Amino acid sequence: MKFKTFAAFVGPSVFMMLLFIAAPLVSVFIQSFQVTQPILEQVEVETCTPGFLTQTCTTEIKTVPVLDDNGKTVTETRWVGLQSYRNVLQMDKFWAAVGNGSWNDIMQIDFWKALRFTLSFTLLTLPLVIGVGLAIALAVNNATRSIRGPVIFISLLPFIITPVIGSLSIYWLFVGDGILTAMLERWTGTNISMFAQAWTIELLMYFYRVWHVAPFAFVIFYAGLQTVNMDTLESAVIDGASRWERLRHVIVPHLMPLIIFIALIHLMDCYRVFEEIVGFRSQAHVISLQWLTYDFMTPDDAGNRAISRASASAMLTMIGIVFLLILPLRRTWRDHKGSAH
Amino acid sequence: MSTSKAMQQSFALRLSSGTFLAFWCVLAAFPIFWIAVMSFKSPVDAFADSPWDVILGPATRANGDGLSVLDIIIGLVVLFFAIRWAFTRLPGLVRQYCPPGLMVLGWIFGAVLYGLAFVLVFFGVLPLVLGALNGLLGPLGAPVLGLTTDHYVAVWAENEFYRNFLNSMLVTAGVVTISLTVGTLAGYGLARSGSDLAFWLLILALVFRALPHSVLVAGYLPVFINSSEILRPVFGDGAPTLYGQPWAVIAVLVSINQPFTIWMLRSFFQNIPAELDEAARVDGCSHFQAFRRVIMPVMWPGVITTGLFSFLLGYNDFLVTSLLLDAQNQTMVPAIAGYFNRETTTTDQVEAVAAAVSITAPLFLLVMVFQRQIVSGLTAGAVKG
Repeated sequence: MKFKTFAAFVGPSVFMMLLFIAAPLVSVFIQSFQVTQPILEQVEVETCTPGFLTQTCTTEIKTVPVLDDNGKTVTETRWVGLQSYRNVLQMDKFWAAVGNGSWNDIMQIDFWKALRFTLSFTLLTLPLVIGVGLAIALAVNNATRSIRGPVIFISLLPFIITPVIGSLSIYWLFVGDGILTAMLERWTGTNISMFAQAWTIELLMYFYRVWHVAPFAFVIFYAGLQTVNMDTLESAVIDGASRWERLRHVIVPHLMPLIIFIALIHLMDCYRVFEEIVGFRSQAHVISLQWLTYDFMTPDDAGNRAISRASASAMLTMIGIVFLLILPLRRTWRDHKGSAH
Repeated sequence: MSTSKAMQQSFALRLSSGTFLAFWCVLAAFPIFWIAVMSFKSPVDAFADSPWDVILGPATRANGDGLSVLDIIIGLVVLFFAIRWAFTRLPGLVRQYCPPGLMVLGWIFGAVLYGLAFVLVFFGVLPLVLGALNGLLGPLGAPVLGLTTDHYVAVWAENEFYRNFLNSMLVTAGVVTISLTVGTLAGYGLARSGSDLAFWLLILALVFRALPHSVLVAGYLPVFINSSEILRPVFGDGAPTLYGQPWAVIAVLVSINQPFTIWMLRSFFQNIPAELDEAARVDGCSHFQAFRRVIMPVMWPGVITTGLFSFLLGYNDFLVTSLLLDAQNQTMVPAIAGYFNRETTTTDQVEAVAAAVSITAPLFLLVMVFQRQIVSGLTAGAVKG
């Protein structure tokens, strides 16, 4: 294919990606060093209240925003260097907390709290998703042919459901007077509220994520299981390998590329955990990096959006992505070079 | 398959594997099933302590809303035949009456018509007939299962959820059409070009795929809000404010979706033998003609699958739509967040549940109809590496 034809085919797609993905990245990078604020001026105001004999007058200096001809506030954009990053990271508080050796103090700072949750969420759900997905795939592979279709249908439901709705559906089971909370209370005889402390919310979030993603892993592993070499399996049986050893030494190595694929996709998706925070309404207890950026961007009570802080936290989130992708990208690069020669 | 004697499994193993599978199925379906049940009950029943109360709904029944044994039996029978008819007869009718070449439109038209007829019969005609029958039957016609559609009426009619539904449909339809048009061309180009540039484009797409969406929205937001001032030198006074425009959101979602779309379509195009378009090229077609005449007729399975995933992205999105659209043209998923804020009474909560179920129902239908395509789409990228 000539370059010109290739360019004509890929052009529209590349153009859209550059305009709506690459350009915003650059603009976020620039914004994170800038602050846009209304210009303020100080005005001397004399206020007089009627008093006996003479009026009581006080003059005070007020700070008011400058208005232009249309009555809109005039804003200016200034370069502030790393100020927004400092506001997000709050390093002085962080180091003070480290100096005290107090983990709780560090967790009072939004960014570090979000980072802690995002990382533990990503790393803890990964083995669970792969394990549960593999287990379901093996069980379905064992089952009679006729029930496989319905089982796959039911399994796809948690995967396909809107993430916000999925987490809400679990939230409603455990909310104050939800059915499962009532059941737990009857069993344990104590009063349980799942959404009053951070760790129970986190447990439910882990559960939700595994419930939501395990079907994806299951479908892929199930397809992979169909291509396991039967001869190898049978020779393993003849060699006296137990069921567990066959799984460990024949099936898992066969599925290894798929496990890596799922791990990669899962790391990418988990790192941007967000919908759970909305669905479980956990912002008071548990927040994630992407939610932090979202929160800066939603207008506060005065209607202002903290765009520069949002950009700084977005850039900090990006650094994590770079770490996440370095290994797989190096691998792909080596494969590509290997295949070229 | 594994019928040889050596591969046979002990009874205990089969039993435990079967039990595990049953457990998983219950786990997978239970939350969805439960919110569907809750949405039909009066608030007292929906948040009752005992699961039986939630299912049978005594308080709902006490209000006079309920189904008798007869209602349940006839309802199930009608439902069964309606679904069977949809899968056996409907495809034939569509094929018969649809002009060739407009197959996709014909299917959409047929599905919408069928959906309307179903709603009319099931919720319009059936209650009338059954109401009369129940009156005649006496004790057999007495309600046994509490069930009310009040919350759905409240959500769809009073809270004007249909506006959000239409917005969702607009955004989703736009995302699917544009992302498939743009993505198919790119996917084909990438699959047929072995150059380094194609490789780097794919890697770049992979990196873009990993970006959190909030990072991108942080880039759009200031530009979109001020766009009429920024664009004024180009478009004059008619420059639009992009914030709150559905088509701006469509463009954003299409772009966010592009990396995934081109990866998936590329793997489908790689499965179409290159000899096919080479033969057309030998016969004197240009690349575009070959694409138009030879590839397009055989690419539909892959395109439908990719379209399903684009649909899911547009339909399920919360972050982009909630930040870039304003209250007037909000889509369904962010609109449900509006219920949180005024969720003060249990009635509000059950209405939120009903809205959630309304959002889930189309997805349920989607899995039912397109299960095979979804599975093939999930495995397409992975199994071939």
